[in-house]
Amino acid sequence: MNNPDAGAPARPQEAAASPAAEAADHPERPVVSPDPRIPAATAGRPGAGTVVAASVRGLRVELAADRDVVSDVSFDIGAGEIVGLVGESGSGKTTVGMALLGFARRGAVIAAGSAVLAGTGSSGTTDILALPEKRRRTLRGRVVAYIPQDPAASLNPSLKIERQLSEVIRAHEGNGAGRQAAGERIRAVLAEVGLKPELTLGRYPHQLSGGQMQRVCIAMALILRPRVLVLDEPTTGLDVSTQAVILKLLRGLCTSHQIGALYVTHDLSVLAEIADRVLVMYAGRVVEDGGTSQVFGRAKHPYSRALLGSVPDVRHRTELSVIPGRTAPPGQRPSGCAFHPRCPLAEDRCKTKEPGTTDFDGHLVRCHRAAQVAGQADRVILPTPVPASGRTAVLSVRGLSAGYGQHAVLRDISLEVFEGECLAIVGESGSGKTTLSRCLIGLHAQQDGEVSYRGASLAAEARQRSAAHRQRLQYIFQSPFNSLNPRKSVSAILTTAYRTFFREGKETEQAAVADALAAVGLSARLGSALPDELSGGERQRVSIARALICQPDILLCDEVTSALDVSVQASILRLLGGLREERGLSMVFVTHNLAVVRNIADRVLVLAGGRVVETAPAAEILDNPRSHYTKTLISNTPSLDVTV
Amino acid sequence: MSEIIDTLISPEPAAPEEGLPLGRRSTLRLALRSRRVQFGGSLVILMIAIALIGPHVTPHSPDAILGIPFQGTSPGLPFGADYLGRDVLSRVLAGGQALVWMSLASAAIGMLLGVPAGMLAAYYGGWRDELIMRGSDVLLALPIIVFALLFVSLLGTELWLIVLLIGISHAPQVARVTRGITEDVTHREFIQSAIAIGIKGPRLLFGEILPNIITPLTVEFGLRVVWSVSAVAGLSVLGAGIQPPAADWGLMVSENSGGLAVQPLGVVVPIICIGLFAVGFNILTEGIARTVAGIDRRRSAE
Repeated sequence: MNNPDAGAPARPQEAAASPAAEAADHPERPVVSPDPRIPAATAGRPGAGTVVAASVRGLRVELAADRDVVSDVSFDIGAGEIVGLVGESGSGKTTVGMALLGFARRGAVIAAGSAVLAGTGSSGTTDILALPEKRRRTLRGRVVAYIPQDPAASLNPSLKIERQLSEVIRAHEGNGAGRQAAGERIRAVLAEVGLKPELTLGRYPHQLSGGQMQRVCIAMALILRPRVLVLDEPTTGLDVSTQAVILKLLRGLCTSHQIGALYVTHDLSVLAEIADRVLVMYAGRVVEDGGTSQVFGRAKHPYSRALLGSVPDVRHRTELSVIPGRTAPPGQRPSGCAFHPRCPLAEDRCKTKEPGTTDFDGHLVRCHRAAQVAGQADRVILPTPVPASGRTAVLSVRGLSAGYGQHAVLRDISLEVFEGECLAIVGESGSGKTTLSRCLIGLHAQQDGEVSYRGASLAAEARQRSAAHRQRLQYIFQSPFNSLNPRKSVSAILTTAYRTFFREGKETEQAAVADALAAVGLSARLGSALPDELSGGERQRVSIARALICQPDILLCDEVTSALDVSVQASILRLLGGLREERGLSMVFVTHNLAVVRNIADRVLVLAGGRVVETAPAAEILDNPRSHYTKTLISNTPSLDVTV
Repeated sequence: MSEIIDTLISPEPAAPEEGLPLGRRSTLRLALRSRRVQFGGSLVILMIAIALIGPHVTPHSPDAILGIPFQGTSPGLPFGADYLGRDVLSRVLAGGQALVWMSLASAAIGMLLGVPAGMLAAYYGGWRDELIMRGSDVLLALPIIVFALLFVSLLGTELWLIVLLIGISHAPQVARVTRGITEDVTHREFIQSAIAIGIKGPRLLFGEILPNIITPLTVEFGLRVVWSVSAVAGLSVLGAGIQPPAADWGLMVSENSGGLAVQPLGVVVPIICIGLFAVGFNILTEGIARTVAGIDRRRSAE
């Protein structure tokens, strides 16, 4: 094992070392008893460990001297503790995670600060940021390891798992460790992450499921027994059931190996489930730092409170709070407290003076008015909606089957969408929910069975459907980054859609575009913007406007909020809810997110393996699921309610 | 509801976010800032200027015999004389026009034939795709230089014929490239969305898809010009292009090759001219391609 401080070559007798010698040789091995060389955690700080695994002080990453991505970031991670780092896109959360590994993304530099990691160096600790790149590399994987968001992209698709795991060992310890010893360690670590070595080692990544690949990535991170883990949204691409298992696994491993983990995510509910402490980031600053129950139960920063209020919850329908305005990118952040233009409590000093950190008994808040904020953040729980009274089916599906070539995706689906209601189609990946929505809109040719709109049968392909039918059914796509023609201005996009169905004068056209933009809450000024000049939320609004301008009856929404930040998701959900009420639209809402379902749907259809599992009113299905499948799905969905 | 949403919209103009694909306007602007594009573009402009303005500013008539054959550099003949004793400089200035227009025209013909074919193949798929692509495979299999020589010997050395033949020879490759990029774009959600509301045929192909593939097609056009230069010049050298006594770079290479040892300038200067035009286009194309791919984007953005 390389000792970065001495620069010593690999030790050939690694495997043969006696237990006593081993302990001396490997100061970075987890030590359960407090190690005197490692500074104790700040007194009064909540946390699982009394030993600090990583300590970041005054971190600043910048693009240029006056454009910081993150600044003045300080926090500790105790051994065995999971610290959640939450923030929306552009908050700098990933930058902080990468800095802990000694990385800065291209174009950015780590300008100031220290990141002291336990378990290396003569004093027992090393500041990874003080080391040159070459020495930093020797720490990565061995002292601080990384678990990526997308395991499929971070495993080499053309190498077997065994090879990829053994390369980690070889990269740090050379070949000296010996094949057999390395093999044993690989088997042991695979068993730890719950994989059967004999079924895994000889396989290629594509032969594993998403959850298994993530387990392999965890094994790769753990194999050298690091002290610190950086987890970058490790469950974002996974289904809830898999996510629940992976979270449990991570929790267990961090505790048993006394690993300090930084869990970077945008998903507050996941942190409620797994984190010991939570850091909330906004515009490159940690605005709140406290124990999970403190932050979730008694958040003090107005941003954290608003953010928490914008998260839908699977247990009850809540009034989602919307944060006005949008996050400013580095270099354009407002003076004083960067949150002040969006803050309901802002006063004059917030505009000019950047707030310092106030310590409320281990609960750190960066806000001038933190002392005045107390108690539970108000979450207005809404009553269960009365199911739509209209019982006329606007859309009905009978015995629909669909597939790709030989592969059947949907089998014998029947459903009805009643006038004015919102039907949620829920399922995990591979359940066929997207194929189903594509069948409804006419983008999936290979289908059998009947889809009808108000009694009139619809052709399988959109181009064979009548103009009136195409106009009445409108589709909103998942990705706002992909669903608008990048070469057309917003008004050109809307005009194209309008002209497909209505042939009227230029003036009527322009009026229709202005109306559609107003309906989705966009200023008419944005009409001349190209899609890439808009934020994700604005783009999704344009997509909705494009559907509305066709004057539809039914909106088909395919995971429309899954690519958006939670606060943006809240505003889009409110927008859709409002439009439904105003215009009496019926809606089919395809999603994997049960919390969103709770918030928007009247009825729910659960889809698994291409078949309907159950259909019932939303409250009934979420509170008293009948099928085993739905039960597991719900129990695996993380909730904001922190059980302390 | 509407009040809440009104406050959501920031009053200041939207700032482009980082990490997102750049739009047409910024891609062009970025491309113009790249060193490659600047250098290649200047070379191309210079060579086109020489070809277009050159014939009007020749010091002597390109056909006038002013010295002895293969005379070296001397006062009044800065590049010496060619195999008949004509001024090499004047003939170089007068001899670029054909190469420039022929290579641009044949590349354009290749694009005009290949782009619609490729887009139709990608859009319709199925048997139409097969028909177009297998047809272009057959064309690809024909040795174009041999065919050009055959046609020229049958129909005479008509320049338009050469341009047309080279253009046709480009079409299969252009179709192949176009089909690939069209297929990528067709699967993206904004095209799916256009299909779902019933936009089809030319409106879909030219209104929605074409603007999104125009940048890679520009790159392809540049490559085709480079290929055309080599084909046109090659045919000239083989004697199937412009006929003596007209001045032409390719022809000069073959005419003066006999005196290469005594008067190398008669061969080297036209070769350099052909080379600079081709290389200039190549660097320009490469620069645009790299900007599109994002390789030079960051550097040129800073």
